[in-house]
Amino acid sequence: MFAEVEPVETCGAAEAAQQVMRKRKTTVRKGNAAVNREDDGCKPQGEWVAHVLRIRSAQDKTAFAELFRHFAPRVKAFLIKSGSTPSQAEECTQEVMATLWHKAHLFDPSRASVATWVYTIARNRRIDLLRKERRPEPEELTWGPEAEPDQADIVSLQQETAHLREALKALPEAQRELIEKAYFGDLSHREIAAQTGLPLGTIKSRIRLALDRLRHAMK
Amino acid sequence: MSNEIKHHLTDELLMAYSAGTLPEAFNLMVATHLSLCDTCRAQAESYDALGGCMLQDAPDMVDLADDALDATLALIAGGAAPDLPASPSCDVLPAPLRDYVGGGVSDIKWKPVGMGVKQAILPTSAGASARLLFIPAGAAMPDHGHKGMELTMVLQGAFSDEIDRFARGDIEIADEDLEHMPVADISADCICLAVTDAPLKFNSLIPKLVQPFLRI
Ligand SMILES: [Zn+2]
Repeated sequence: MFAEVEPVETCGAAEAAQQVMRKRKTTVRKGNAAVNREDDGCKPQGEWVAHVLRIRSAQDKTAFAELFRHFAPRVKAFLIKSGSTPSQAEECTQEVMATLWHKAHLFDPSRASVATWVYTIARNRRIDLLRKERRPEPEELTWGPEAEPDQADIVSLQQETAHLREALKALPEAQRELIEKAYFGDLSHREIAAQTGLPLGTIKSRIRLALDRLRHAMK
Repeated sequence: MSNEIKHHLTDELLMAYSAGTLPEAFNLMVATHLSLCDTCRAQAESYDALGGCMLQDAPDMVDLADDALDATLALIAGGAAPDLPASPSCDVLPAPLRDYVGGGVSDIKWKPVGMGVKQAILPTSAGASARLLFIPAGAAMPDHGHKGMELTMVLQGAFSDEIDRFARGDIEIADEDLEHMPVADISADCICLAVTDAPLKFNSLIPKLVQPFLRI
């Protein structure tokens, strides 16, 4: 994760990131026990994977209710921080959570954690709601008819995400705060500069420093 | 497919795409590049993962209405919104662009701008604009004066300037400091996607970037 995108440069991290996205699942799979077994210290990541798979394969409303109780208050807070009114955020959160149910068959645990997946759905809905804009998404990757991710890919992706999460928690407050503003405040670096009174150069170097630390932590 | 792409998106643009802070035209550019470039796609997914971690560990949570779960289950019972029909494939335009053109390369509604050069403005929101450019083989690109930041990505053919040669998938990032004279390769007509934040306002959404090509 977080390899520098420099022309003609490959490093271990870039390869690792590419490995994570090597395959893409097109069908439901069985036997996800390994996902839960492996994520010591970050149990929820794996738990939520199993929840989504239960929604997908068995329309499991109990699993959905648990997922809802965990993520809906976070999504609502995210939308309010990004500028929604509380009533807009309430309605939008319900739509995001319903989308999660309807798109459960598209969730790929070898490409994203459940939190990442929820984040992308909420972000796209926010753009739709607050800006009334379309959100262009990249073309779907096709890997041929029977390409399914193997357990090793799922486990490594979920573990990497757990590492990233720990690394993010370990960041100095000032750096973490800036990243949070960039993601949750719907603010460009320039707007963060205006809001915090810090020079743009300082904002950029703090964000760069934070990303460097995360990259380092991911090695 | 992406192995030969030499000129990529910057980290700053990839992060902003993931955070959802770019104007629509720049989102279109990023989505189009990611469709052709696995390296940048993996990066973008890493930035999404960062967003996921932030969401997971956000210090604040806001309670939902008491009936929120029931209301959501009712929404679910109402069924999913129908998927938009996928546009037919096209060797030149990746899917995000086909959605904006309303078809493939033969459906682009070109308008001549002189010297055989043609353009087609794509419908995006205010704040930045996107257009497709057609430059006949061997011809020079029109002077499109970089007032703000402009990204140009090659979709067909190639062009060269003082910086380098740019082929399918390559992005040139230019701001007002760049003076160059791009010329299309003689072997094929060149089609590019160009987006700029210049005409409407001074750069409120796009961070001004260090020009990556200066670091090569
Ligand atoms: Zn790239």
